[in-house]
Amino acid sequence: MAVEKICVVVVSGSRERLQMAAMAASVAAVSGIEVTIFLSMNSVPYFVKGAAVDPPSEGGFGELIVRKKAPDFKTLFRQAVELGDAKILPCSMALDIAGIEPDTLEPYLGEPTGLSSFLDAARGAQVWTF
Amino acid sequence: MNFDKDLDARGLNCPLPILRAKKALTDMQSGQVLRIVSTDLGSVKDFQAFCKQTGNELLSQSEASNEYTFFLKRK
Repeated sequence: MAVEKICVVVVSGSRERLQMAAMAASVAAVSGIEVTIFLSMNSVPYFVKGAAVDPPSEGGFGELIVRKKAPDFKTLFRQAVELGDAKILPCSMALDIAGIEPDTLEPYLGEPTGLSSFLDAARGAQVWTF
Repeated sequence: MNFDKDLDARGLNCPLPILRAKKALTDMQSGQVLRIVSTDLGSVKDFQAFCKQTGNELLSQSEASNEYTFFLKRK
């Protein structure tokens, strides 16, 4: 059975996990799959407008991503929205804990979302966690 | 084969060939043909899966000198 709906939960702030999440989400979205991305924990600060895109690497591969000039994860997430109609939802709890105001986030993000709302969006979907 | 738009994806790694193809197709009319040239080894299976998933038609694919050429008909 073809995959029709995917929820991507991103809690990591490491370069490799952010990159893999963005790659999977963007390709799924442009392939016609309904994609919802939920950003929480360590991933959230990178989505403040103007924030540096320099997450720490878990291992050597993260350094290779930079050296080989792979497209950065924020560009891929933005393309998931622009080309594939993905939704990127920041976690309201993470914003509150980190003291981040919603209006300081990148404009392609959706409204701050709580877990109940996210679980409703995830109903019937495959959930991938990074 | 005739085509309406050309996408040079040589030197790009996954997922960029697919993302660029999607962007190119968005600007095209139904029935128009997009030619894509890629050097990404994974693009052969990727474009087969992309077309199966999206309903665009993969008219042909070929390989020469480690370059992969695809003709996609927009649905």
